[in-house]
Amino acid sequence: MRVILPYHLRILAKIDGDLIVAVEAPFTVRRILDAIEARYPMLQGTIRDHTTQQRRPFLRFFACGEDLSHDSLDAPLPEAVATGGEPLLVIGAIAGG
Amino acid sequence: MSKVRVLVGTKKGAFILAADGKRQNWEVSGPHFPGWEIYHMKGSPVDPDRIYASQTSGWFGQVIQSSRDGGQTWAPAGNKFNYQGVPGTHQWYDGTPHPWEFKRVWHLEPSLGDPETVYAGIEDAALFRSSDGASSWEELAGLREHGTGPKWQPGAGGMCLHTIILDPSNPERMYIAISAAGAFRTDDGGLSWKPINKGLVSDFMPDKTAEVGHCVHHVAMHPARPGVLFMQKHWDVMRSDDAGDSWQEVSGNLPTDFGFVIDVHAHEPETIYVVPIKSDSLHFPPDGKLRVYRSRTGGNEWEPLTNGLPQSDCYVNVLRDAMAVDSLDECGVYFGTTGGQVYASSDSGDHWAPIVRDLPGVLSVEVQTLS
Repeated sequence: MRVILPYHLRILAKIDGDLIVAVEAPFTVRRILDAIEARYPMLQGTIRDHTTQQRRPFLRFFACGEDLSHDSLDAPLPEAVATGGEPLLVIGAIAGG
Repeated sequence: MSKVRVLVGTKKGAFILAADGKRQNWEVSGPHFPGWEIYHMKGSPVDPDRIYASQTSGWFGQVIQSSRDGGQTWAPAGNKFNYQGVPGTHQWYDGTPHPWEFKRVWHLEPSLGDPETVYAGIEDAALFRSSDGASSWEELAGLREHGTGPKWQPGAGGMCLHTIILDPSNPERMYIAISAAGAFRTDDGGLSWKPINKGLVSDFMPDKTAEVGHCVHHVAMHPARPGVLFMQKHWDVMRSDDAGDSWQEVSGNLPTDFGFVIDVHAHEPETIYVVPIKSDSLHFPPDGKLRVYRSRTGGNEWEPLTNGLPQSDCYVNVLRDAMAVDSLDECGVYFGTTGGQVYASSDSGDHWAPIVRDLPGVLSVEVQTLS
């Protein structure tokens, strides 16, 4: 599956370009994040809170033109994401200065 | 020849400034971790190439970075700061109970004896220790749980544990300070703690001399005088000669005794430095003049140090962890401003010059003296 991370997290994890992760079914945001954090431990706590395991408030999840941020982390992802045709986007808020 | 390495944390990255003992020609390295707030960087006194950094952002939370080569390269370390047990509540700004929530690491203090041991002061105020080079962290919960914790309230910048002082003469003794809870001391290696705020007066509190609730901005100690402490509070410069059991005001003739930084000359334990800030409502120097004040008498009698510092139209602030001294024969003094300048003096403060002028706002300054 393809994942596009924010610039700062790509730099932190030394990821060049899109991230490709192998995830087994069911294909959910939680499983993708589990795979990312297993491969890049330094990203633990940067996308979801260590304690609550919920999305950090200044980040959102998008795929196929839809905002998935308020869906359950265990909701099935669109087929296009599961097949790699479309990426899961982790986007930071346009905020601050 | 000796060298100095200045570790500068800013709102948008870390910078390392290096020079030989003359402290005239500086090499600037950075920004490291560009775009992130670097609240603090500090090196181990045992192995100065072992440096730890607090890297934080509102978007992505906390990262701890670790270097083994003096800041040339870095590796992310452990970033889990879990409160021990059920954290309970402290007071919120409006006095209502508020749960303890980790926000960021304000200060890192490497052990005096082991380069792999480091302490972290965090917001919401608590003390953590790592014994494995910052890979994992454990709370010293005796501080938060000694009894006064539920009464602690945040200051404007958050409820932060910003000062950690290790007593070189007694490995069991440590001091910490919290805005806005006060100063605390342990005499058993962090297992138990007691407030050490007797003598502090805070007019903003209903009980002005309460056991806790004072907004301590910074505490400094000379390693050769471990029982003598100097404090810059939210108003008042204070001194203790009995390891914090009692405090006396030493503001003396300062033009204003509000401020954030305080530090001690490396070789003169009675010579201290502050940067007076106009007031708690106006966080800039009085009269637009950036002045460091020095006392050679441990307080009360202060002289302005202005040579090389802007004396008009200067409205920067100097934050609590943004001053440091080196230990070269002629003690160097350094401080960073919210305007992005880092000033250095190579003669105990008599003359100043900017090392850099245009960094992002400076959050912290530490100095390493390298042989």
